[in-house]
Amino acid sequence: MNVRTHGSMPVRREQDVVLARQAVRKLAVDCGMRLVDQTKMVTAASELARNTVVYGGGGDMDWELLEDGARTGLRLVFRDEGPGIADTALAMTDGWTSGSGLGLGLTGARRLVSEFELDSAPGKGTRVSITRWT
Amino acid sequence: MDRIPILRMGEFLLVTIQVDMHDQLALALQDDLSERISKTAARGVLIDISALDMVDSFIGRMIGTISAQSRIMDAHTVVVGMQPEVAITLVELGLTLPGVSTALDVERGMKLLRQRVASE
Amino acid sequence: MAELRQRTLDVLGKNQKWLLDEWNRDLSGSGVGNDNRIGKDELGQQTAEFLDLMIRGATQGGGTGIGTAAWGDVRAFLEALSRSRALQGFDSLQTANFIFSIKRPLFALLQRELGDEPALLAEQLWAISEILDSLGMHTVNSFQKSREDVIRRQQEELLELSTPVIKLWDGVLALPMIGTLDSQRTQVVMESLLQRIVETGAEIAIIDITGVPTVDTLVAQHLLKTVTAIRLMGADCIISGVRPQIAQTIVHLGLDLQGIVTKANLADALAMALRRNGLSVVKG
Repeated sequence: MNVRTHGSMPVRREQDVVLARQAVRKLAVDCGMRLVDQTKMVTAASELARNTVVYGGGGDMDWELLEDGARTGLRLVFRDEGPGIADTALAMTDGWTSGSGLGLGLTGARRLVSEFELDSAPGKGTRVSITRWT
Repeated sequence: MDRIPILRMGEFLLVTIQVDMHDQLALALQDDLSERISKTAARGVLIDISALDMVDSFIGRMIGTISAQSRIMDAHTVVVGMQPEVAITLVELGLTLPGVSTALDVERGMKLLRQRVASE
Repeated sequence: MAELRQRTLDVLGKNQKWLLDEWNRDLSGSGVGNDNRIGKDELGQQTAEFLDLMIRGATQGGGTGIGTAAWGDVRAFLEALSRSRALQGFDSLQTANFIFSIKRPLFALLQRELGDEPALLAEQLWAISEILDSLGMHTVNSFQKSREDVIRRQQEELLELSTPVIKLWDGVLALPMIGTLDSQRTQVVMESLLQRIVETGAEIAIIDITGVPTVDTLVAQHLLKTVTAIRLMGADCIISGVRPQIAQTIVHLGLDLQGIVTKANLADALAMALRRNGLSVVKG
């Protein structure tokens, strides 16, 4: 597996969620994804970017365009230094929310991508990695 | 702060969302609409989302809230023009917008609103 | 690799006619000649051409192995032969047998002509046997490649055939699903249906699953998701052709088809779609 290009952008304010969506759309197009797959990736990124801003108190989004044999993929990592999640298993059930949302952010995002990793502990911040292949 | 324009067409209100909405803009639209419904005694709200290239859980929730709020204020809501890839993604996300009426385009949405109002 | 001697090549050249007759007689005796997929004349032409090409190849290429340019015509001939045999529905054994069946008359000929020199005979038999074996292998290889090409093309055609979205009436689309559904294929088919709804502005889509042998949990879920997505877009969906076994499976799996309209067959679904559009069919 090779990394073709990579980069990073801040996800601090609410406007950054919109910018992250636009950036991910462009990356998904570069990656050669079909329209439906682009939309799934952008939507997942929107959910996670909002979580980073609202619950994580702001953070960053790292992106990587991947090559693995004939297929290409896009990996996004959202990381923050926020309060973290105590029970990650509970956080991955539909309807669980620490705020006022629908509780579909994390679980919904996982359903939209090929690979999903959640890494978090109280006081250690949160790191979510998602990957989608063409 | 910018706002999404709300047009009045007889007894109906028409909203066309053409920008990539950030969350505050969505919340502002929610407030503006309920205010306009009460002020104009509108019987229906038509939301055209054909220009939206994605709907996440926040925007989905806004649509559901607008629909429920306007129902309490005696107005019907119809969402029109959802793109196929947006619909597929919303379903995968787990958001099926129960209780929200939909139509393929503005014309059919208007027809549906008129039918709903007439049948009352 | 043993080489073919000039003496052997002379024997072959002088007895080409005899060889060909013997070979043809053997082929028709073994039943290959009576197979109605190849005419007697066609087979005779093929044996004559092959023998001719082989003797020429052996003369020019000697015992250098069949990979060289001297054997190019022979290889090309065998590739074409394999392709046509594959298309005619022969198996690899029958195809390779075309080559191997020349061994008996060829060995008999060498036995007769070189019998006075046993050492030379053994060497030449070995040499010619090696050549024929390589040619036989090449034939089988080409045959297999042709068959794989046929299979790949059929698969592509099937996928295209399996995704037609049909306009049944103004405002009514139908998607007849045929064959076993895997999740990848179902996804592609469903997306094309949704796309067509936008393009045509059809308000009712009928998914007909008469041609689907079984429905498992995954496929049923895909169907449910598609129906939900179609509704979000503002159109409606009817599922038709639900056979008793599939209905049983769906109930058995505990799947909830709540609110989804199902009809026994496509005709009933179309009648319902027309009714919803305010149309009715009357006998003229």
